Amino acid sequence: MTAYILKRIIYTVPIVFGVALIMFSLFHLVGGDPTYQMLGKHADAKMIADLRSELGLDQSYFNQFLLYLKQIMTFDFGRSFSTRQKISEMILSGLTPSFSLALLGFCLTLVLSLVIAMISAYFRGKVIDKVVVVFCVLGMSISALAYILFGQYFLAYKMGWFPISGYESEMPYRLQYLIMPALIWVAVSVGVDVRFFRTALLDEVYQDYVRTARAKGLSDFFVFFKHVLKNSLIPIITYLVIQIPFLMLGSFLLESFFGIPGIGNMTIDAINNSDFPVLKAIATVMSLMVIFFNLLTDLLYTVVDPRVRLK
Amino acid sequence: MKNIPVLSVKNLKTQFQTEHGVVTAVDRVSFDVFSGKTLGIVGESGCGKSVTSLSIMKLVSDPGKIVEGEILLRDRNLIPLSEKDMRKIRGNEISMIFQEPMTSLNPVFTIGNQIIEAIQVHQSISKKDARKKAIELLTLVGIPSPEKRIDDYPHQLSGGMRQRVMIAMALSCDPSVLIADEPTTALDVTIQAQILELIKKIQSEREMSVVLITHDLGVVAEVCDHVVVMYAGKIVEQADVQTLFSNPKHPYTRGLLKSLPGYRGNVKARLETIPGMVPSLHELPKGCRFQTRCSSKRDICEKEEPPLKEIGGIESFAHSVRCIKEVTDV
Repeated sequence: MTAYILKRIIYTVPIVFGVALIMFSLFHLVGGDPTYQMLGKHADAKMIADLRSELGLDQSYFNQFLLYLKQIMTFDFGRSFSTRQKISEMILSGLTPSFSLALLGFCLTLVLSLVIAMISAYFRGKVIDKVVVVFCVLGMSISALAYILFGQYFLAYKMGWFPISGYESEMPYRLQYLIMPALIWVAVSVGVDVRFFRTALLDEVYQDYVRTARAKGLSDFFVFFKHVLKNSLIPIITYLVIQIPFLMLGSFLLESFFGIPGIGNMTIDAINNSDFPVLKAIATVMSLMVIFFNLLTDLLYTVVDPRVRLK
Repeated sequence: MKNIPVLSVKNLKTQFQTEHGVVTAVDRVSFDVFSGKTLGIVGESGCGKSVTSLSIMKLVSDPGKIVEGEILLRDRNLIPLSEKDMRKIRGNEISMIFQEPMTSLNPVFTIGNQIIEAIQVHQSISKKDARKKAIELLTLVGIPSPEKRIDDYPHQLSGGMRQRVMIAMALSCDPSVLIADEPTTALDVTIQAQILELIKKIQSEREMSVVLITHDLGVVAEVCDHVVVMYAGKIVEQADVQTLFSNPKHPYTRGLLKSLPGYRGNVKARLETIPGMVPSLHELPKGCRFQTRCSSKRDICEKEEPPLKEIGGIESFAHSVRCIKEVTDV
């Protein structure tokens, strides 16, 4: 058990290194020389040279890569080109709004879609199952933009149930601003999730051990909620944990439409301003989180699936 | 007393509603299972033997349905029973073990958990006592150091051991009938023999009846008292095991026996095979179902299907055959 965990942790070291290398190369290929952009068209050669040495751009690629590795270790990515703020502070301040919205949307979606998927899989082939599938496809087919327009125009502007956009970090008011974007989050993702969970459950329903359990005299209900559910948790956990890093990133679309000062919003601003250090930092942090949560998934398997434990 | 069957299947008909129409997988099958005896149901893949066994448990899953017949367990008909009443019979009075011991156990629960569950669903005893009983059952089926093994997961056991666990689970409520659906097919030959020995031993100790579903006539010769031969959803011949092996009447039974290595001592001869394939249940020939592969086919075989006719046998079990030759005496 411990050996398995240690092995998995050691495996991530070369992965992190590889990701850093790719990220570094990519930003060098597309990043260009930021000094021209920062100093504007009236910069003279001396100013450019000074700024280049300040940013470390005059050093060798190898040294710059070492510098980048050091940034990753210390979580100090320097300052933004456009706002001159410390990037680490920008990311930390964006985490709370992003995560508040994402957590609310994610949890609501999870509970709702698990319940619907279980009902649908339990009554597989019946009318209720077919209705669920139709609504899932319908929900998936509608663009998120349509939900946003509908929400902002009808629910917020016409009905006045929610604020049209904005954000407040004080707690009870924060929810008030987050509810509508969270509901839109649910509307967009519930169809996809229900279909995934339903398939995961149905994959298990036809297994031989289900027949054995029924032959023992257990009720369908018990077999479904004990035997089937625990087995379907294996794919479901993978699916859920892999989503977590993207929750931190927040939703580009929802955050920019609703003016929520999260990481998603920050990323879009950075793209518009060609603020490469910020983009590089966000991309790096995201990659590390994906690696971390993949590791976490593997470790969670040992809880759900006894077959993993010994290997 | 001896001739009252424990389990009696009468005119059982099970159909599947498929995209290409209704398929009758089990077509008016009748047989009796006597106390302490083993009935073998033999046939090729797709002949309806597994569906027959699942029908007895009323576990045929959608789109399959029992449309006709009676299943009498000590004179109590199981067909009209509700799902709730049926659950009291499954695993309690009739138990079942399956072909694939690899997949028939749930991989994410310990074998102990799964046996205890089988005990507790029918008996109101504490978890501690159920565990004790589970260990006894594991001892009975020959699992070494059962106190330790009980906390193993299925993947930690070999195929033979898993099948023993399945048997332990099936025996947990002391059933009067054990249905074994190809219990040894997925195991290697030495383990097969051990499992069959085990079933035989337990059966004689407990006066339990066994319905053994198999395609292996060697297994039948070894453990069965009575045999039913099925072809394309119907019984084509039934007899006690002695009569069937010494005096097979139906061309299909003969063909099956001839394709056994060393049948009638002729070890060196080339094995005979039955030409052709089992007809699809969608397009059965008119008349006798075996006509397409029969070496002694006549014109009349294409016209009408012969009835299952009793032609002798021993006192406790009739010898019946479904072949026109036996009906018309020509």
